[in-house]
Amino acid sequence: MITLEHVHKNYTTSKGTIPALRDINIHVNPGEIFGIIGKSGAGKSSLIRCVNLLERPSSGKIIVANEELTTLSAAKLRAARRKIGMIFQHFNLLSSRNVYDNIALPLELAGHTHKQMEDTIMPLLELTHLTDKKMAYPAQLSGGQKQRVAIARALASKPHVLLSDEATSALDPETTLTILQLLKNIRDTLNLTILLITHEMSVIKSCCDRVAILQEGELIEENEVGEFFTHPKTEVAKNFIASSVLQHLPAAIERHLLALEQPDTHPILRLWFLQGTATQPIISEISRQFNLHINILQANVEYIKNHAMGIMMIALRGENAKIQPAIQYLKERSVQVEVVGYVPNDIAV
Amino acid sequence: MFPMTLLFNATIETVYMVIVATIIATLVGLPWGIVLYTSRRGNILAHPLLYQVLAIIVNVTRSIPFIILMIAVIPLTRILVGSSIGTNAAIVPLSLCAMPFIARVVENALLEVDSGLVEAATSMGATAWQIICKVFIPEALPGIINGLTLTVVSLIGYSAMAGAVGGGGLGDLAIRYGYQRFDTSVMLITIVIMIVLVQAVQLVGDKLAKWYAHTGQ
Repeated sequence: MITLEHVHKNYTTSKGTIPALRDINIHVNPGEIFGIIGKSGAGKSSLIRCVNLLERPSSGKIIVANEELTTLSAAKLRAARRKIGMIFQHFNLLSSRNVYDNIALPLELAGHTHKQMEDTIMPLLELTHLTDKKMAYPAQLSGGQKQRVAIARALASKPHVLLSDEATSALDPETTLTILQLLKNIRDTLNLTILLITHEMSVIKSCCDRVAILQEGELIEENEVGEFFTHPKTEVAKNFIASSVLQHLPAAIERHLLALEQPDTHPILRLWFLQGTATQPIISEISRQFNLHINILQANVEYIKNHAMGIMMIALRGENAKIQPAIQYLKERSVQVEVVGYVPNDIAV
Repeated sequence: MFPMTLLFNATIETVYMVIVATIIATLVGLPWGIVLYTSRRGNILAHPLLYQVLAIIVNVTRSIPFIILMIAVIPLTRILVGSSIGTNAAIVPLSLCAMPFIARVVENALLEVDSGLVEAATSMGATAWQIICKVFIPEALPGIINGLTLTVVSLIGYSAMAGAVGGGGLGDLAIRYGYQRFDTSVMLITIVIMIVLVQAVQLVGDKLAKWYAHTGQ
């Protein structure tokens, strides 16, 4: 439904040319929710703006619904854009129009009659639970309500594709979930294709089918979401996952953490239970088999699309001679082990 | 006792001059301001040369003191109105003086419009004309109304100056009766009427701007 082929985008400034996007290739299937995650400055905004040519790529092809947008005339591009809905981080509603008239805007632009507009808008108000807010102005609405108006507006021209530019970043976590649920609903009921960008792993986790990581203008990893969480390929992916499921170490430990092993210290490990290992009682096994004391500092198991994925931070105490074999045992059971550091034994954990 | 009809007629003349001049100036100043804004670098009709030319005309015309402008445009006034004296003749310099002012005021009001709205409208397939009519003007309306209020208040002041060269109105009355005949009561009454006019304009302008801002308060 959406295909980007070898898309490059450069910005020319007084200091020279800055590459914002480098050789981006994406293919989003019909009815799919595709998420692109990246830190700020990674080029996410440029990327999503290239899809409907709000920003023109420096080179490359952009094909949406079998139409190559980069080759279209101005008038044909406007017609094509009507079939690409877009929602924004700051909603971008007209403060001069009430909810109904905001949703009517794309229909007015396309020259629909008042009757046609009403027939389109009333079901959309119902879908987005805004029927009672029909006459309200944006200033009277909450953030979540504003984004629902924006979604209804984006759907008014019956698009094939919806682009979401950090649509939940200005919302609180609870409202974020309701908006993401709404996006999933409309995908299911309208068979819409959704491309979204975000910097939050939770957005990817709760609504995407596939995900790609954008890092310094390049796509460095792409996968089905369940696979992405259980088989992350790059360090960046692992960091995103860890940041979404783990908090920091307790301050008392963080303060005394040593990078190298010294006498009278014990290791702190980060364990990744991927590939189905999250459901096995491995911790109690090593405790018994190697007679070790295991103190769980942090643990989290996530269920994403029928995949279970766990990350755990543990302190491993016991005879030094038993620690290495225990780590070996974990590795043999396909648990990924990272030694975070070492903590003196006299520190109470 | 001072003849009330004189005072009444003078007030009507002032109101007439200001209203007609505002209408004419808005008809020119509003599109001027819109072109000024949209031709800025990076905007929907970006045209740096056009922008420069329009901006320079605004600055040059706004630098000319009104009293000089009024005399300088007398030949034009004669062509347009047929006379250089009278209420209708005063409308010509008043309109000319307000045009660039309104252009700047409109440009400033448009600068307050969130660029995200243009992006949203563009993503819906809006033409430049549609963006101007459906996004820029309605969104900037409270600011434009505030600016027009400012213009009308200034024009009430300038119209008094026009009175000095035989333009009629309250200024004319104040000079002839109040100043030249040392009639302090006429001077005071005209000032009171001017104050009432300005207050009324400001009140209506504020109310309208607030209504169109739709802030919900």
